[in-house]
Amino acid sequence: MSDLIPQMSQQIFNGLSLGAIYALIAIGYTMVYGIIGMINFAHGEIYMIGAYVGLVTLTAIGTQSGLPLPFIIGAMLVVAMVVTGVYGYTLERIAYRPVRGSPRLVALISAIGMSIFLQNWVALGQGARDMAVPALMSGAVTFTLGTDFQITMPYSRIMIILVTVVLMIGLTLFIKYSRMGRASRACSQDMHMANLLGIDTNRVISFTFVLGAMLAAVGGVLIAVTIGKLNPFIGFIVGIKAFTAAVLGGIGSIPGAMLGGVLLGLAETFAAAYISSQYKDIVAFGLLVLILLFRPTGLLGKPEVEKV
Amino acid sequence: MQISFKNAFIAAILTAVIVTPVFGLHLTRQGAQTIMAPNWNIVLIAMAVVFVGQLLRPWLALPFKALRSALPVLPASPARGNKWIIALAIAAAVIWPFFGGRSSVDIATLVLIYVMLALGLNIVVGFAGLLDLGFVGFYAVGAYTYALLYHWAGWGFWEALPLAGAMSALFGFVLGFPVLRLRGDYLAIVTLGFGEIIRLLLINLNQFTGGPDGISGVPKPTVFGMEMARRSSQEGVSTFHEILGWTFNNQHMVVYLYLMALLLALITLGVSTRLIRMPVGRAWEALREDEIACRSLGLNPTRIKLSAFTLGAMFAGFGGAFFAARQGLVNPESFTFIESALILAIVVLGGMGSQVGVILAAIILTVLPELAREFAEYRMLLFGLVMVLMMMWRPQGLLPMKRPHRELKS
Repeated sequence: MSDLIPQMSQQIFNGLSLGAIYALIAIGYTMVYGIIGMINFAHGEIYMIGAYVGLVTLTAIGTQSGLPLPFIIGAMLVVAMVVTGVYGYTLERIAYRPVRGSPRLVALISAIGMSIFLQNWVALGQGARDMAVPALMSGAVTFTLGTDFQITMPYSRIMIILVTVVLMIGLTLFIKYSRMGRASRACSQDMHMANLLGIDTNRVISFTFVLGAMLAAVGGVLIAVTIGKLNPFIGFIVGIKAFTAAVLGGIGSIPGAMLGGVLLGLAETFAAAYISSQYKDIVAFGLLVLILLFRPTGLLGKPEVEKV
Repeated sequence: MQISFKNAFIAAILTAVIVTPVFGLHLTRQGAQTIMAPNWNIVLIAMAVVFVGQLLRPWLALPFKALRSALPVLPASPARGNKWIIALAIAAAVIWPFFGGRSSVDIATLVLIYVMLALGLNIVVGFAGLLDLGFVGFYAVGAYTYALLYHWAGWGFWEALPLAGAMSALFGFVLGFPVLRLRGDYLAIVTLGFGEIIRLLLINLNQFTGGPDGISGVPKPTVFGMEMARRSSQEGVSTFHEILGWTFNNQHMVVYLYLMALLLALITLGVSTRLIRMPVGRAWEALREDEIACRSLGLNPTRIKLSAFTLGAMFAGFGGAFFAARQGLVNPESFTFIESALILAIVVLGGMGSQVGVILAAIILTVLPELAREFAEYRMLLFGLVMVLMMMWRPQGLLPMKRPHRELKS
């Protein structure tokens, strides 16, 4: 009984680091949905590609290069963000812009096709099997809490939380004060009106895809470093879960995506710890179904009114 | 001209960024080490192709523009004379396997399973306009219903078949009931979630379903109670070839399975053709076109959607039971999301709501990969690409159905 609180704090830490990843990916879903009202089904694949680009960069630098660790990780993040930014831009140009204005299902099917395409694109290029990521940060902060419960906080997971917090603050400020951020908020309120007021909506949409892809890439690189292996199919499940997080927080709302990601991470970690780790995916999917049934607008979302 | 050069140049640069980390810098594992083998040629070739392609785009796009209208559109209701053609086609489909090779009959059986599944999904996606990404879940329920009934209670195929359909329909009804209020794309994601939950449960309920290994040794269907095997599994019971006085031949089983698949596919086709002309079918289509208008005309959207969802699930259940019998084993690996996407791709490629188109697409998408085995690794890549390109150039599918309609001139 006395171990309950220390145990809980360990789980909360694990849940936060997992939730941070979901939050990073969920922002891409929520921003795209907020602006053009489509589910970017291929977003999970962007995360996977980010992880691969990180690994390619790391291999190019080499593990024995003697460069400082922050530099290596920074390089991985920057290269992954640039490449996935290009992927996000191209994805929108090739697969989504031509079908914009078609019925929702047309865009969704196009996105599913793109998701399948990207998975197999990477599988063809880099092989379908698991790839090992060399361990960069193996240490952990450990301390004793309560009677004698060891709490372990691996450096890599601390880094996930720190990087995510910094990015979230940066994103919030960017959306709030920058010119592009204002334009994208205007577009999500009323695309047509924004266009009439001289905002280049195509640019804003492209920008949204690029930004979402970059954040997902950060998630991919961080998780690759933490877990230590990746394959071309990791994006699918994580993508669906991040979408769950976006829906949980209220799709279209950026703070909602952050909140939803953290809550989903916590729910999954606790389910794994106290129910069974085999059922953690079921918990996430079950949560998705429940939210959509009982509160489709999510925690922080605005209700959508269907007009004739 | 200058602008198009600049655009082509930018596109080539973007191509380089996209191709380099995936194909240009190939990672391979050597023991514990990961090494990198650069292959710049492929990057340069890709850049050149994109550069030239971008310059010639106005000319390259011409044939695709024609694609929008060039392919034929099926008439709304088949003309009278078609009866004979249909009868001939069915007769040909029944007769040819007796002369066909073993492997081609086997592939044809697989095609027919997909025809059945795609026609089932066509009811949900094509007629009622509900995007169901978890269709494979119902397929799994059908397959496991038979496998489990055999495993735990020793049921045969024919006893289990109606129950497999009923079980899947029940799943469709129970799962559909709460979610069908949701709007299109949310519905898609929730059904995807359900499909995954069913698969994860099948993996994790070890004692009951056999976990990841599944259930093996599921028996093949019998012919009016006669077993089709070299030796009977029970003492003193004669098998099919003994009763008829034939010599045993494996081909008999293959042809028999083919004929059964044909029968099931024809039943699915017949039922859905009839349904679409009944009030409920008209209501599906009306609902697909405009839900709000439907509601204001006094139709109950939930009930109509539920009927489509349940019926679609039922056909998936029949398909699943047949699949289990043909395969002889079921495991959760056969029921991943990719399978759902494949069936959806068939419906989309054929033309949502068009049955002839769906049958044609099922044949194309199943036979082509079998013919081009050396390109097996490109198969899924091409599937994805085809889905995207179809949505761009011909969202109505290869052979769309023309509906009786009249435009009012203002």
